[in-house]
Amino acid sequence: MATKRNAIGILMGVELVLNGANVNLVAFSHYTTLGIDGQIYSLFVIVLAAAEAAVALAIALNFYNNHLTIDVDRANRLKG
Amino acid sequence: MFLTLASQSVPELLDYFAPQWLQDTASEGWQYVGAALVHMALLFGVFSLCPFFLIWLERKVAGRIQDRLGPTRVGGRFGWLQSLADGIKLIQKEDLCPPAADSMLFNAAPYIVCMSSFAAFIVLPFSEGWVAVAADCGLFIMLAIMSLEVFGIILAGYSSASKWSLFGGMREAAQMVSYEIPMAICALIPVVAAGSLNLGEIGDMQSGGIQNWFLFHDPFTFIAFFVYFVVATASCKRAPFDLAEAESELVGGFHTEYSGMRWSFFFMGEYASMFAVCGIASILFLGGWNTGLQGIDEILSTMRAGDNAGSYLAGVLGVGIFAAKAAIGVFIQVWLRWTVPRIRIDQVITVCLKYLVPISCFLFLGAIVWPLILHKGLGDRTTWNEPLGERVAEAIEGGRTVTTVLERDERPGQSDAHSPDHGPDADSKDEDEDSVSATQFDHSLTLYPAEEVSR
Amino acid sequence: MNGDSLFFTLFAFMACLGAVAVVVSQRMVRMAFWLIISLGSTAALFFLIDADFLGAAQLLIYVGGTLVLLVFAVMLTSSGPYLNIETSPGEIVMAAMLGLLFLFMVVSSQTGIDWNGTNQQMAAANGMTGEISTFDSGSEGNTLRTIGMSLLGLRPDRGAAETGQLHTGYLLPFEIVSVHLLVVLIGAAYLARAKRRRDT
Repeated sequence: MATKRNAIGILMGVELVLNGANVNLVAFSHYTTLGIDGQIYSLFVIVLAAAEAAVALAIALNFYNNHLTIDVDRANRLKG
Repeated sequence: MFLTLASQSVPELLDYFAPQWLQDTASEGWQYVGAALVHMALLFGVFSLCPFFLIWLERKVAGRIQDRLGPTRVGGRFGWLQSLADGIKLIQKEDLCPPAADSMLFNAAPYIVCMSSFAAFIVLPFSEGWVAVAADCGLFIMLAIMSLEVFGIILAGYSSASKWSLFGGMREAAQMVSYEIPMAICALIPVVAAGSLNLGEIGDMQSGGIQNWFLFHDPFTFIAFFVYFVVATASCKRAPFDLAEAESELVGGFHTEYSGMRWSFFFMGEYASMFAVCGIASILFLGGWNTGLQGIDEILSTMRAGDNAGSYLAGVLGVGIFAAKAAIGVFIQVWLRWTVPRIRIDQVITVCLKYLVPISCFLFLGAIVWPLILHKGLGDRTTWNEPLGERVAEAIEGGRTVTTVLERDERPGQSDAHSPDHGPDADSKDEDEDSVSATQFDHSLTLYPAEEVSR
Repeated sequence: MNGDSLFFTLFAFMACLGAVAVVVSQRMVRMAFWLIISLGSTAALFFLIDADFLGAAQLLIYVGGTLVLLVFAVMLTSSGPYLNIETSPGEIVMAAMLGLLFLFMVVSSQTGIDWNGTNQQMAAANGMTGEISTFDSGSEGNTLRTIGMSLLGLRPDRGAAETGQLHTGYLLPFEIVSVHLLVVLIGAAYLARAKRRRDT
């Protein structure tokens, strides 16, 4: 995630991280007494990740429309 | 993935597929592996031959519709070996990869398409209890796996570095993604009627006569079947929705650059997914492996009850009936392809988003409200046939699977793990003394043994 | 080595391989492809651990939905035939250090906890008595009904029989998420709508 300058690349990194967290949630709840809790948490994580991806991609498209690039370093218009 | 999933439900299959010496000599783990391998080989054999047959069928039907003869030479009078000859030709062809293409993705894309449409058969039951994985959310898994197919197509279109491919891939992706929505909603309508996502259970509920098929369950499921069929045709990218490979505009669409076996993988995937969606339609709406004639169904279910050659024979018959129903669906898709002209891409998307999605949402709502209206208005839960819950209970009682599964499931902790399963459910539902919730409660009780079976 | 652990090893390896390849590869579409491999193997791991509903949801929502969106966005925003990302060596070093730091953190916290003791404590907190089994009805596969009940606010796997009271489920989060999804749908459609760029 830290090496990418492309907005969509960063988004993919975020998805990976969330996915890793999901694996942890499911695995730990499976081997402890938590039962179904971990699975439900990861369901929420999946759904929220999908929502987040949709909004982020919409922003990226919008950014591309205005700047013809999605390099996040170029988004410095608001820099003080 | 297939083997893993298959090994979860293998004990049921063991009765059928593993030979006796294997059961005697091998340890339990190896029995799993053996049965899974046998089953996998059977499935793969049948379903790699299935596209060959369907391609031949398509060419013959197309020929007849266009007043031609179709293939006549190879393999006797009807040209029934034509597909085999084509297959041999395709294997011999050179496997080309355009120099501008992204070779890794270009090579991987056909496998994704083929794998995802064949993997859907993991959870598709072919006859009562004849399923690789009797998952509780079988329909959900099946739709999920089939939604992966679009990836291979996008990657194929993008990595070919050709504008025809790119256009075809993008059209295809837009079409498949948007048609997935009404398809899932339409598939949910009989699920609402059945109260289960388990394809095996849904099939069992429809035994005992044609009036028990979900097609005739209520008016909403009746319409939903036709909507589902249209949507399924579109999601298999068949004409009149085959914009992705519109030969007159896009050369060959997303597979313009492909040749030889990789090209044929796309077609095998397409025909396999045609069969899969028609299989779903036949289980959800058309009674699956049940004949629809009450007498024959009863005979078959008594045959299934035993654990002998008769039950095996009944299973084989069920597979035949199921495959015949699905094949009729495929035939209608072929028929449509050669009689209806192709529509434009904007029309495709308009039809989906402006008409099919609202229609299917309306049908979904209607299917939910229908039992309530019936109950409030007529005091009866269904129009003319037996209530579903009782049918489920019958199907479970009479089924062969119950005894074997229950015997196997006598592990400690199983039964008491389940008793709280319905405790809170019953408590809360009883509090409001609405007749509606009473029916639901009834339903959940009758469905309870079904949960056991699917293990 | 039995079948389960064999497949666990295979899919875990594939998931890790895909994850590393996502980070390492330079082409955007290849990154998406490796992400498919990684997420798909994760779904297979979920199937292995008897979370069948979750695995299917992962396939349907993540792989079939989110990643298709991602690939679309890659295509729509790429200026050349293949979009490449150049990374300077300094960034790679910094990112590798950061990653290793996180790995060290995870491993040290993993090894520093007495899992059995925690399990006992959790069981006590949940009001469970007697033999602690790591397999209950919720984790035995076929989690569909349990998950559905939990999302409706009931917990069939946390029995009322033992403690005499109902455990609360996830009705409120479920409702919030559904409203959230609606908001996201409208918001994303608003943000991504086709605008005519002003010629300046």
